[in-house]
Amino acid sequence: MQRFTTHTGIAAPVPLANLDTDMIIRVERSAGLPRAELGPYALESWRFRQDGTPNPDCALNRPPHDAASILIGGENFGCGSARETAVWALQGFGIRCVIAPSFGGAFHENLFENGMLPIRLPAEQVAALQALVLRAPELTIDLPAQEIRGEGVTLPFIVEPLRRTMLLEGLDPIGLTLTREAAIAAFQARDAQRRPWLQPRAA
Amino acid sequence: MPRTLLDKLWDAQVIDALAPGVDLLNVDRHYLLEMRAGAFGVLEARGLPVRDPHRTVGVVDHVVSTAPGRAGGAPWTARHLATMREGCARHGVMLLDQDHPDQGIAHVVGPELGLTHPGMLVLCPDSHTSTHGALGALAWGIGFSEVAHVLATSAIVQRRPKSMRIRFEGLPPAGITAKDLALAALAVVGAGGGVGHAIEFAGPAIEALEPEGRMTLCNMAVELGAKIGLVAPDEKVFAWLRGRRHAPPAEHWEQAVASWRALFSDPDAVFDREARVPVAGLAPQVTWGTSPEHVVSVTGVVPDPATAPDPVRARAWAAALDYMGLQPGQKLAGLPVDQVFIGSCTNARLSDLREAAAALGGGRVAPGVTAWVVAGSQAVKRAAEAEGLDRRFREAGFDWREPGCSLCVGANGDMVAPGKRVVSTSNRNFVGRQGPGARTHLASPAMAARAALAGAIVDPRS
Repeated sequence: MQRFTTHTGIAAPVPLANLDTDMIIRVERSAGLPRAELGPYALESWRFRQDGTPNPDCALNRPPHDAASILIGGENFGCGSARETAVWALQGFGIRCVIAPSFGGAFHENLFENGMLPIRLPAEQVAALQALVLRAPELTIDLPAQEIRGEGVTLPFIVEPLRRTMLLEGLDPIGLTLTREAAIAAFQARDAQRRPWLQPRAA
Repeated sequence: MPRTLLDKLWDAQVIDALAPGVDLLNVDRHYLLEMRAGAFGVLEARGLPVRDPHRTVGVVDHVVSTAPGRAGGAPWTARHLATMREGCARHGVMLLDQDHPDQGIAHVVGPELGLTHPGMLVLCPDSHTSTHGALGALAWGIGFSEVAHVLATSAIVQRRPKSMRIRFEGLPPAGITAKDLALAALAVVGAGGGVGHAIEFAGPAIEALEPEGRMTLCNMAVELGAKIGLVAPDEKVFAWLRGRRHAPPAEHWEQAVASWRALFSDPDAVFDREARVPVAGLAPQVTWGTSPEHVVSVTGVVPDPATAPDPVRARAWAAALDYMGLQPGQKLAGLPVDQVFIGSCTNARLSDLREAAAALGGGRVAPGVTAWVVAGSQAVKRAAEAEGLDRRFREAGFDWREPGCSLCVGANGDMVAPGKRVVSTSNRNFVGRQGPGARTHLASPAMAARAALAGAIVDPRS
């Protein structure tokens, strides 16, 4: 997994509540394109209007925010579908960190799985950051210190310790679980006694 | 110490506690979907086997064509099906392929074949895996990376969510369906109301629901922001499951049921959050906007952004009205529609098709309206045909199609044209969900059927 330690970059406001993963990556891109080609289609349904012209309300359509590597979103960011292609598209677009008051469940997991950092902050702090980065777009995300630094502001955040370690050290989730094979085998042996009806049968 | 249903289900699956609140959990059942079959390649690149091939069941639902004879499909359909077939064959995973008599949508065929039981931990790379919670299984949707993890380890690392209970108060009037209950909960709790929680649905209205109706409700737990939806399994569920092909065999049945009877929230268990949804006078529900929380009664009007509770919602409502081509104060009833879709993991079981067929009376689809019925599985389709439901739909002017996710998500190329208005029994009215520019109104099968006949949104009670 890609490490995440300290990242400095341009942050763009995405002031939409309940932004769904269909908005982040459309289904025909998700199903039809290889991972490496998803980036240009990230947030397509927000960045472009139905006639294909850029949405003037979208900060990502103009400098300096078109070079964003940090998104500052609204409540329930990434709700809806569990498609990991939403995270891959943002990654391909250059995003490393998403800050929001809350996240869609599967999207939140998928960010961590790809070495990206979701940060939950209270809604008032998120709103203040969205306003700040319109005039002072650069933020530093310091995971070891668990703080966000921008012009005239330092905000603490908390990432659950195991996830923080996974990101800082770039650990491999499958590899880590495989080290617990003995515990898995022991559970399965106990479970075969407890729930004998689950044992595999001939079809 | 009193425990919630979530606690009981969770505690029974803990292999190892990794950190406070973080557990390695045992995975009993994994439904693998065709668009995520690339995960076999992740294991192969690392030289890892599928740890327990019999725990995974391969399902093809998203990209399959639903055309009679399976003509057509999307440009990527063949590629995903080939990856799935080859991967399942190499690793000894059972596959319910496109021409298999048990083919269908994962969240329809899993319960229907008895592959999901109360107490199981069930995962699938699809957010609507919450559906299986209707049988008392702990079930949620996972991403691609987690699919590879589950295939390799039969386990998953997970943070225990907070617990939330939604109590439905009172009994709904006749003709109010599980879909109306789900939409009513969305109107009260909102699309983000369940974030970080597992939602248990409770109350006399839920106890009165049949297992298929509970599946409709738990299906939409994810629309409330929760990954997990639950209903305490009861005798109705046990009777529904008994005798299904992969249900516990006769020699273990009583032992299994005895263990399942302990799966309920203790009376004095404390939930992190509680919500109440009054349903005694509930009218049929329908969405007007682009979030599933944009719900009104079919007797109601489109809301005015000026009355929104906060500025973010006011902007969201205004954008939704613009996308949907609606005005504040406009009545929903009477709004002309171009298309009707009866299908999806929310509402494509036999009970849903019966409800829709009954609503047809002897009517015919209005001129200019395209109306589809896409059964949730081959078994549902066969059962409906045995009852003559297909004939009633066809005679009314509906297309009777092959099982799959179809127009709910468009992953197979089934899409609604830009600007067209569709009444859909599916679960998401997101911008572009059913096609770029498509305008979706979510509703029950009965309301969808009646909309097809009227060529407009109508109160199905009228």
